[in-house]
Amino acid sequence: MKYLLTEEQDMIVDICRQIVDGRIIPARAEMDREGTFPWEIIKEIAKSDLFRLFVPQEYDGMGTGIFEICLATEELSRGDLSVATSYAASGLGIIPFLVAGSEEQKKKYLPQLAEGKKLAAFGLTEAEAGSDVGSIRTKASIEKDCYVLNGTKQWITNGGEADIYTIFAMTNPQKGIRGASAIIVEKGTPGFEFGKKEDKLGIRASATRELIFTDCRVPKENILGSEGMGFIIAMKTFDQSRPVVGAQAVGVAQAALEEALNYSKIRKQFGTAISSFQAIQHMLADMATNVEAARALVYHTARVIDSGEKNISRLSSMSKIFASDAAMKVTTDAVQIFGGYGFMKEYPVEKMMRDAKITQIYEGTNQILRNIIALDMIKRGVL
Amino acid sequence: MQVIKIKIVVCIKQVPGSTEIKIDSRTNTLVREGIDNIINPFDAYAVEEAVRIKERFNDGNVEVIAMTMGPPQSGDMLKEAISVGVDRVVLLSDRAFAGADTWATSNTLAKAVKKIGGCRLIILGKQTLDGDTGQVGPELAQRMGIPFIGYASSIPEISKDKIKIKRLMEDRYEIFEVNLPAAISVVKDINIPRVPSLRGKVKARNMEIPVWDAKKLEADEDEVGLSGSYTQVIKIFTPEIKHDIKMIEGSTEEQVEQLYKELKDLKVI
Repeated sequence: MKYLLTEEQDMIVDICRQIVDGRIIPARAEMDREGTFPWEIIKEIAKSDLFRLFVPQEYDGMGTGIFEICLATEELSRGDLSVATSYAASGLGIIPFLVAGSEEQKKKYLPQLAEGKKLAAFGLTEAEAGSDVGSIRTKASIEKDCYVLNGTKQWITNGGEADIYTIFAMTNPQKGIRGASAIIVEKGTPGFEFGKKEDKLGIRASATRELIFTDCRVPKENILGSEGMGFIIAMKTFDQSRPVVGAQAVGVAQAALEEALNYSKIRKQFGTAISSFQAIQHMLADMATNVEAARALVYHTARVIDSGEKNISRLSSMSKIFASDAAMKVTTDAVQIFGGYGFMKEYPVEKMMRDAKITQIYEGTNQILRNIIALDMIKRGVL
Repeated sequence: MQVIKIKIVVCIKQVPGSTEIKIDSRTNTLVREGIDNIINPFDAYAVEEAVRIKERFNDGNVEVIAMTMGPPQSGDMLKEAISVGVDRVVLLSDRAFAGADTWATSNTLAKAVKKIGGCRLIILGKQTLDGDTGQVGPELAQRMGIPFIGYASSIPEISKDKIKIKRLMEDRYEIFEVNLPAAISVVKDINIPRVPSLRGKVKARNMEIPVWDAKKLEADEDEVGLSGSYTQVIKIFTPEIKHDIKMIEGSTEEQVEQLYKELKDLKVI
């Protein structure tokens, strides 16, 4: 298949492929079993300059756009979604700096994040505030030159492992959703602790953790943008990050398709390879069509975002919904083609199916994203 | 301007991907054109170790130079070396270099090392996949008049004057400390070669590979290539391997008895 990539984009994919084949695939089953954060692989990814893709050149990055980030994320996801999630979550933590960071904030934080020795994280979700972002209860009250944070964030990807966190907290609770602000908090700040580590269905090697703030003081200059801009910053961040989740879904679906195709050629029943049966052939054909359609939508969305288009919420949501639903279907069908073996942990497809599920849930459930698409379409029309 | 105090030369070679070896029956040399070439796997460890030494010093005073003698397409491999952190490369390429044995090869390499102004350390892979001799390293060291330590499995210590080498022998470890300059060859246990970096790949793509020929090295034609070689290959062939399998049956005692007799007849015991 040809995807009209430039020489540099081919290089990105090639580097990721070497990391996937050489480092990730041999380690992924154990990582899934043990649930330990893949620091060794993250360091390798950092050494290969892949975190630089999140950061513009003037801050020591090599970033040219969301498309390159999607290419890298897709290929890493072909290896393991825990690794790709940890990688992409740092990107999710970086985007708010690009959306609303001051020159000083960018200069201070982006070069170290580009290097990849430090990871970023994005702290929005709370126990009572998932899709309903306006219900966040973490507060940031002003005391002299500081914001004082109190509250608990839940299910924060890279929690505990990342050094730099963008935390969404209410600076003016009376204003509801318009009273939220985005504040930078560094690991090690007194009053900032990590709580429960989650035991998950999939992406088990990624870190998903509670962030607990108890009278945690950060300087006032740590606010991104201005007070009350938190919700807008979060939504603008998601507009750019959702095709990256789509790319994760395409990567894991591609991996499951490859596994299923290879297996169907060597598995013999009734004296012949099961790939000779039309029932299997049609499943494989549908899986491949779904992967290709998902990839096309993700690539198109990323290219539109990179062109500078402003109204991207609808397309960005579509790419995430379509690709993640495709990934769930394709990984489930891969397990089906493997039959009983697919259900066993000796083969990689059951893990892919468990991993794929999260792409339908995080960074906006596919249900809340359908709301976004419908409302945008009602407001602006179909085209 | 910054003064480069320590130069490390890595000698590498492009070899045919192991499954596709073709031999020209007329010239008895490997057919290199039109087939997949890879960096000799042992040389990849040598490149990685050189870059790691540079990182150990981490003072900006170490320069890693990768060098190869081979046809023009060997330049691709030198670009790969750049993409994993090598600073500078030299391609030694001339029709006059063709058909070189290890003696002529080490002569050419020695001249190139002298041409760059010498170095503190030369690192090579323990042997190549195609020639398989393991002779070029020791010969190069001999020509340079520096010590050679083969089969390094780790480098516990290195300073700008000395290197400590650990190597695994059949029944023991050996640790050597030698003064620099020196040459070493490395085995695969020494490291895990890194994946290229994006910056490295971009740098490699945009660079011109310097090509040095016999004239540039001030080498006479009769000391390089086929005419500078003491050995000439008369014939290369794949050895025929016969698999004679004989199943021994019966009770354990009978099998042992029979096996003992067979081995005795073969004069193995």
